[in-house]
Amino acid sequence: MSLKNNKTAFAIWALMTLALPVVAQDDLMKMLDEETTDKNKTEYATAAFKTTRLINGHSIENVAPGVLDFRISHRFGFVSTGAYELWGLDNASMRMGFDYGLTKRLMIGVGRSTYQKQFDGFAKYKVLRQSSGARNMPLSLSVVGTVMYKSLKFDDPSRTNYQSSNFYYCGQIIFARKFTEGLSLQLMPTVVHYNLVPVAGDPNDLFSVGAGGRFKLSKRVSVNVEYYYQLPANQFAGTYNSLSVGFDVETGGHVFQLYMTNSTGMTERTFISETTGDFFKGDIRLGFTISRVFTLRKPRIDQE
Amino acid sequence: MKRILIICLLTGISLTVFSQSLFMTRSGQISFFSKTSVENIDAVNNEVTSILNSASGEVVFAVLVKSFRFEKALMEEHFNENYVESDKFPKSTFQGKITNLAAIDFSKDGSYPVTLAGDLTLHGVKQPVTASGQLDVASGKLILKGSFTVALADYKIEVPSLVKDKISKTIDIRVNCSYEPKK
Repeated sequence: MSLKNNKTAFAIWALMTLALPVVAQDDLMKMLDEETTDKNKTEYATAAFKTTRLINGHSIENVAPGVLDFRISHRFGFVSTGAYELWGLDNASMRMGFDYGLTKRLMIGVGRSTYQKQFDGFAKYKVLRQSSGARNMPLSLSVVGTVMYKSLKFDDPSRTNYQSSNFYYCGQIIFARKFTEGLSLQLMPTVVHYNLVPVAGDPNDLFSVGAGGRFKLSKRVSVNVEYYYQLPANQFAGTYNSLSVGFDVETGGHVFQLYMTNSTGMTERTFISETTGDFFKGDIRLGFTISRVFTLRKPRIDQE
Repeated sequence: MKRILIICLLTGISLTVFSQSLFMTRSGQISFFSKTSVENIDAVNNEVTSILNSASGEVVFAVLVKSFRFEKALMEEHFNENYVESDKFPKSTFQGKITNLAAIDFSKDGSYPVTLAGDLTLHGVKQPVTASGQLDVASGKLILKGSFTVALADYKIEVPSLVKDKISKTIDIRVNCSYEPKK
């Protein structure tokens, strides 16, 4: 660039000299912004759901490492039984469970349901975590494996019974995305395995696809929906797809889940494959879960 | 043409001087404490960025509120989700000035009492704050330590009545930053 005369040069010099103190005073913040816009930082989506269960089934969330989650779930009778049964409240079934976070990605849990005197245990592992920034991942993906053991006495003790008949297994892949602060959706392809099925012609492996989500009504309350669709020819006679609608209410260390569902059981095999109520004919049960977390192992915090 | 050269040289020199008065950190520490009879809450952020201009006394801080680490994971989740709303307001900043700049000799090693006054932006609300502390000058590096108190209500951070006993209305904030000359 050629300068036509010294006047122009002087003008430029004057401008530059004037500009310097301005930069120093007002734009230190801008300078800090530029210095610290760290393109190597990855931000993970957090708290897509308030707790580790959507309603009956798993959500994409894990409990944090070192945290114990004590969960008590209650399920009442059909609302359609009327006032005599206090709309089902006289008839309660429950599950008690302890979940624990081993690592950032892995959690395990055990539970006992009064329904069919069932024990269950599961492990849930986060494979992919939704993130933005340096590492861009549109979805979270978790896998869940569950074992269920029915300890109810055999229906017919006179015939040859095998302990293995009381074992049930479930495998699930959960795809989830937190779309906005308030809206999270997930899709759950699922297989439930029966060692012993009710009728000889029934398949031992039952495939289904779950879908669900939450929408936050306020900072501490969300509305949740969960539906499991049993694929054709993957369904026992007389069963319906599980549909649940409810609310999550968070109060400090507790999360309360209040819901309506047509399922009786609270483990995968019982609510996905053995739901006998037809939601749209009024076979609706009220239910609630209380989740309380305890920090057993504190994470290391670097602090001088 | 010669004159232009001199001008350029002069500008260059003034730029160098300017940059030498700047100190920066990317790993400063800010921690906060809420103490009540029911529960103590503390959190620490080790990724604080700050620039200090020793010539003008200007100091700026920026923190990503999501980088605060808590003892309890649920506290951290609630802090981000319910209180500071870190998705909506990801950054908190402070922009201010050393008010007793004349008392500090940046060319001489030593400890100097320091006071800062400026604006703290948190949860999308800007409020004036003053902080006092100590500035250590040691072989060309600076260490700034200080503390101040903020009231949650000033920053429109609402605490529901159910947990009012567990969260203090005022929060103590501590700053500890080691600056190096900015290149």
